[in-house]
Order: sequence, then C-alpha cells, then structure tokens
Amino acid sequence: MAAAVKPRIKLDRKEVKAGDIVEVKALVQHVMENGQRKDPQGNTIPRKILNKFTCTVAGKQVFEADFEPAISANPYIQFKFKATVSGPVVLTWTDDDGSTIVGEETITVS
Amino acid sequence: MNSVSRRQVLGASVGVLAAAGLGLSVSPALAANDSGDLIKAFTGGKQPTEGKVKLDLPEIAENGNTVPMTVSVESPMTEQSYVSEVLVVGDGNPRGGMATFRFTPLSGAAETNTRIRLATTQTVTAVAKMNDGSLYMTAKQVKVTIGGCGG
Repeated sequence: MAAAVKPRIKLDRKEVKAGDIVEVKALVQHVMENGQRKDPQGNTIPRKILNKFTCTVAGKQVFEADFEPAISANPYIQFKFKATVSGPVVLTWTDDDGSTIVGEETITVS
Repeated sequence: MNSVSRRQVLGASVGVLAAAGLGLSVSPALAANDSGDLIKAFTGGKQPTEGKVKLDLPEIAENGNTVPMTVSVESPMTEQSYVSEVLVVGDGNPRGGMATFRFTPLSGAAETNTRIRLATTQTVTAVAKMNDGSLYMTAKQVKVTIGGCGG
C-alpha cells in the first residue's frame, strides 16, 4: 500500500540563483497509527508510523527528521534549503515496516 | 489528570496481560512520559540556555490531533556556525518524544514546520544543539480542548 502513495511536494521556486533559499512543503498520506489506540474489541492497534524523513539535493543531505507517534496523521513537513547546484530534490519517508515513500522534484540553479 | 492516570492504569494492565500471554516484555510505549529523560540524553546532562530557539504554537489548540508547530533557531547556518539538531518533546503525551530535526549548513535556515498531536494541555519544549555543542531551548504551553491520541 505504502508504495502506491504519492507525496505532494511543493517548492516555492524551481529556478533559482546560487545561494538562494528554497522552501519545500510536503504532504504525504499515512495513518501514523500511534500504537496507543484500541480497536472496538479492546486490542491495541499496533504502531505504524513514518519514523524518518530525509531530503537530499543533488545527492547531498540538507534536512532530516525523526518522527515519533506525536506527529499527526498525513504528516506535513516544511523546511528550507540553500540552493547551490542544479539537481534532483529527493524526499524520502521511511515506514516502521521498512518500506519507503519517495518523491522527487528538480531544481535548476543559474 | 484523572483520564491520564486512568489511561496509564489501563495501559499498564493491558501490557501485563500481553506480556503474560505472549511472553513479551512490556512495551516502552506504556511507560510514563519520558520527556525529561529525552532532554537529558540529548543534552548529555548540560543545562541549555534559554533563547535563540523559537517555537510557534497556538495558545489554545481546539483539536489536539493536528496542531501546527513551527520551530526556528537563530543561526547564520554557515559551515562555521550552524544548528545541527533540534529535539522537540511534550510532557503530556503518552510518550515524550515528538520529533528530532537535523540540519546541515546546506539547510540555509534552521526552520521547519509540521503538525503534531497533543493528548492534553501540556508544555512543549524544543532544545537546539549547535555544531559547536552549545545548547539553547525554549518551552511553550498549549491548552488542548480535544485530545489527540485517540483511545
């Protein structure tokens, strides 16, 4: 299921000058089941969250976050990076079960 | 506070049952809130200085399921001086940890926004670690009308 999820990613600008700050907003659909809730039979619903998020630009890591169950369902993340070289902006979310959700945009630095 | 202790009691008893039935140890998720321990582990026991960190949270959150939170840290974000890590914890959730953000000089600005769950009215604390090891922190109380941890 996780593989079918397509994250929504928005860069405030895709063509920038070197040194400009680019803002990234990303939203991905995920239940982020926190492992505390009970189903109607009283059994605990097992935890299933996206526990890690990373962003690389042209292969270099610019931002990383570890998520705990305190992050809301359909996690939204917004951050910035300094554009230095053109290349792919790759956003990766890692699920508790080891699967990943990957989204990609491209940035052009002139 | 009544509901919290009730929940902890329920959680603990379910945990014991599960442990007895499945031969597993009690899951750490059922332990008491560990925000203080998390901060200690993050800072290595040093006392962070107040300031530099900014936590933007609503004073009153009507729905604790999704509370927008912006964390920003004053820093030039150059190779010489940048924010390496920011820990965010809350003292009223079943577990203290909320998120850890890691920045690099390529981040350009140490600023991030996400949406968090708040089970009850509580104080959210952000601790930032600079690349030179210095520590800064801030805390903010959020009043929650409807809790966000189900159950």
